[in-house]
Amino acid sequence: MRNAFADEATKLGEADPRVVLLSGDIGNRLFDKFKEKNGNRFINCGIAEANMMGVAAGMALSGLRPIIYTITPFTTTRCFEQIRVDACYHNVPVMIVGTGSGLSYAELGPTHHSCEDLAILRTLPNMTVLAPADEVELRQCMRAALKINGPVYIRIGKKGEEIIPKKDDAFEIGRSITVREGKDVCLIGTGTLMPELLKAAELLQQQGISARVESCHTIKPLDLEMLDEVSKKFPLLVVAEEHSKIGGLAGAVSEWLAVQKSNNTTMLNFGTEDEFMHEVGSQEYARAKYGLTADNIASKVMQSLRAS
Amino acid sequence: MSSAKKTLTTSTSLETMTSLNELQSIASTLRARIIENSHKTGTPHLGSCLSSVDILTALYFSALKIDPEHPTDPNRDRFILSKGHGAPALFQVLAMRGFFPEVDLESYGQDGGVFAEHPPTPDHLPGIEAATGSLGHGLPIGLGMALSARIQKQEYCVYVLLGDGECNEGSVWEAAMMAAGQKVDNLMVFVDFNKWQATDRSEEVMALEPFAEKWRAFGWDACEIDGHDMSQIVDVLTKPNKSGKPVAVIAHTVKGKGVSFMEDDNNWHYRIPKAEEVVAAKQELGVMP
Repeated sequence: MRNAFADEATKLGEADPRVVLLSGDIGNRLFDKFKEKNGNRFINCGIAEANMMGVAAGMALSGLRPIIYTITPFTTTRCFEQIRVDACYHNVPVMIVGTGSGLSYAELGPTHHSCEDLAILRTLPNMTVLAPADEVELRQCMRAALKINGPVYIRIGKKGEEIIPKKDDAFEIGRSITVREGKDVCLIGTGTLMPELLKAAELLQQQGISARVESCHTIKPLDLEMLDEVSKKFPLLVVAEEHSKIGGLAGAVSEWLAVQKSNNTTMLNFGTEDEFMHEVGSQEYARAKYGLTADNIASKVMQSLRAS
Repeated sequence: MSSAKKTLTTSTSLETMTSLNELQSIASTLRARIIENSHKTGTPHLGSCLSSVDILTALYFSALKIDPEHPTDPNRDRFILSKGHGAPALFQVLAMRGFFPEVDLESYGQDGGVFAEHPPTPDHLPGIEAATGSLGHGLPIGLGMALSARIQKQEYCVYVLLGDGECNEGSVWEAAMMAAGQKVDNLMVFVDFNKWQATDRSEEVMALEPFAEKWRAFGWDACEIDGHDMSQIVDVLTKPNKSGKPVAVIAHTVKGKGVSFMEDDNNWHYRIPKAEEVVAAKQELGVMP
């Protein structure tokens, strides 16, 4: 995903002279091509994220289209107040990209984990919140974000993410993508956890359960049309994300669901627990610890369907 | 950027350069209006407003390349009041400079209006470049604007007014280092060094001194002036910047300047003047009702 980000940023920069890339002192060599093609429009802002966010807002107020790139906690929680005041209150087109989101950097410890970013950023007025599943969605998100005249947050993974097979390349911010049709249960996922949902759907199929799978790349604005449809159609909605169970996609969906007049659907959520992960391990280890695996999702879904 | 050509700044869209006497008279009128408005609307931060009035006057009536008829002209100079609690002063300056009718200020403090304690976002009031109020935001935003001029090959300059208390914020120094690292020479900071922050002497809360030396150590060209001496303020604004660096002006000021019973009395950070105090203040300022 990182390489796709750098490549797409380079293309956007070539096509649009307003695009400026600001890095928080990461991505060694990653942006060589951007620098080569777009000369003075790459700035390493150093390890000073609060300032970087203000600089980006100042640029956006002056007609530029800054893209900010650094590791997720540093471009979200570290400078939350600058995002709130400089980018969102001024409602300026700053594209904030957090790399290594969720548990991508599991082995680096909780300082580098980001399981709160979706929750806090979606509370901000004017903010659009995106979590692409793979590099295809990432490129689509970036192209669409550039057309939005306000702040956009894009949460991305690290590298080597699987590409989700889709029937076409239709993409629109705020419209979830149905990546698999089904009739018994609906699995709604977001971000780089999507392959696990597709594998879970396969496992469920082997048990005779037909699962629809949604790639819900936009956390805000939420796709209410899709939710309205699936909440009426399915007795069980499953939401899975590499993010805290508090306030992320599941939080957003349940806020909506709780105030619907009548619904006969139940939610089953998969996310990280309300704790810091003190032991180190790989992303796979961390996902398994929190049950973010196809096996666990499929087995919990079967339990839930049998119980109802 | 061709730094040799860059001047901070010599021209003005006012038809003629306003004389020092005129500037001083404008500053007195502004002080009277700010005090009167504080009384009328219960708006605090009078001391902080009065310490910055002379700098604001020199900027808006002598230095800034701005046209109130075209407040979003891409080539305009930018001014950011980073110490956003000085907004009651800025609103009066903008109105007098013609960004909006002075009569608009009659709605000051009313529910549903834009005039209160801090600047609104630029789309809500002509002449405002950034919505400040949370301290430590104006310099990073101003730096972004200054870098934009380089990227878009424009000639404008950016001026940012900081408070001394505001320099407690780490983001000020992050921006200071980046501005120096980027050799931004179209950026000028004024520090309204009135020696007080909300509840204490600023020097006793966080060591600021040697203040100018600090800015130099951060890679800036720095000087110290009397922030109430109009000729010194105008001088520093008209001097071409040949340093190739951003410029910091440590303006020594007095909180509550212009009214003897307010000067250097930090109670006026929050106190609201009574009717008789307004009359006494206006007499001292030589501004009659």
